[in-house]
Amino acid sequence: MALTESEILAGLAEIVAEETGLPAEQVTPEASFADDLDIDSLSMMTIMTYAEEKFEVRIPDEDATSLSTVQDAVDFIAKAQA
Amino acid sequence: MPEVVVTGLGTTNPIGGNVPDTWAAALSGTSGIRTLDNDWAERYEIPVDFAGTLKVPAGEVLPVRDTKRMDPSTQFAVIAADEAWADAGAPEVDPERLGVVVSSGIGGVWTILNAWDTVKEKGARRVLPMTVPMLMPNSSAAFISVRFGGKAGAHAPVSACASGAEAIGDAVEMIRSGRADVVIAGGTEAAIHPMPLAAFAKMQALSTRCDDPQGACRPYDVTRDGFVMGEGAGIVVLESREHAEARGARIHAVLAGVGMSADAYDVAPPDPSGAGQERAMRLAVADAGIVGDDVAHVNAHATATPAGDLVEAKAISRVCGESVLVSATKSMTGHLLGGAGAVETIFTVLAVRERLAPPTINVTEPEPELPVDLVRDQPRALPGDGPVHAINNAFGFGGHNVALVVRSA
Repeated sequence: MALTESEILAGLAEIVAEETGLPAEQVTPEASFADDLDIDSLSMMTIMTYAEEKFEVRIPDEDATSLSTVQDAVDFIAKAQA
Repeated sequence: MPEVVVTGLGTTNPIGGNVPDTWAAALSGTSGIRTLDNDWAERYEIPVDFAGTLKVPAGEVLPVRDTKRMDPSTQFAVIAADEAWADAGAPEVDPERLGVVVSSGIGGVWTILNAWDTVKEKGARRVLPMTVPMLMPNSSAAFISVRFGGKAGAHAPVSACASGAEAIGDAVEMIRSGRADVVIAGGTEAAIHPMPLAAFAKMQALSTRCDDPQGACRPYDVTRDGFVMGEGAGIVVLESREHAEARGARIHAVLAGVGMSADAYDVAPPDPSGAGQERAMRLAVADAGIVGDDVAHVNAHATATPAGDLVEAKAISRVCGESVLVSATKSMTGHLLGGAGAVETIFTVLAVRERLAPPTINVTEPEPELPVDLVRDQPRALPGDGPVHAINNAFGFGGHNVALVVRSA
């Protein structure tokens, strides 16, 4: 059973909060991982490693670092679930 | 050759989360040893259920972003480095003249073992991308170099339980040889994990006094039965005297002499003759331009193993005579492995600065033939009122011997 976009957003926000100490509310769809959340490429890969496990999807490493905003990641995961 | 002075001190360890708290706890004879809050002893049949865990957990000091990207050993080193750097007055120094020498006995053992658990349980895709930079034994040196912008070189000399002292010795040489004006140096360890506990226990190196953890580490006592694992870090800021004086820095002490040797005897126990330890001390004393009788105090390696303590005490007496005041601070902190030599260098610096030798706790029945003057339950004043010298000893499995001579400023 695929998760809804808002469920994916909430799950992703949880991972980002755990990894960075930022409040989950700051992880909004329009937030840029690099510019707004100060997440570098290794942290991004860490977050996507956890996301693969949480959402039971495969996020190839080259895709993981090309996701720019939180919405990009939500879209990628939603599509990968389908 | 430039004289090397100590201008900054920092630590986090089982008896204190910083230098002032640690020194106060040491002078009052506080044990940092606790029964562990887990079921390792029962679950894995480890004969030891206690250790010296940090007094102030690293997660209470560092932000999440740091703790997620650093092995615990590096977290401890960074906490100590932050304190030492601030204590030194955050010196303004050309980055190419700022060096780092920070080591560990074991390295990122938590990171290594957690990553292997992940591979076994979940497969290679679940391994985190920071695993390699976190597990490297040079990780603490690298993180500290990045954090403070040290570009003169970042090194991590590994010599088991002598690592922290060897790092400080190498830092002295780095300044003397002209490669750097300021060096951040020390050692760290975070190995209170069931695997190292099991492995050290198998060597019969650990005390198994589970019914009395605070009384378990008993250096020089006839009932001593092994060392107690501790964790933590010690970091010092070393500087050429010229650089320190030009910026008006407060000088804690002089790092006056470095002596190193190898037993070439066995990969685990020390040479029972103590010849290698004696030679390290003699070299350090000669390097400081003094004689053994000038040494008023020794912070001994003294881990409380049945074999090791007396070998060292006899070597100390051969170099410094029988009236030298000897303290074994591991009785309070436990054995910080790669962090030990650095934390104990800090104790030695404070001892000459305050002219006070810290106590050795848990000695109820000292070895009858102990050829040195052991400082027991209370601190004791170092004699005289002129410049005072002290030695910090640190020895490691593999026969690594390091002695550092510290002189009052």
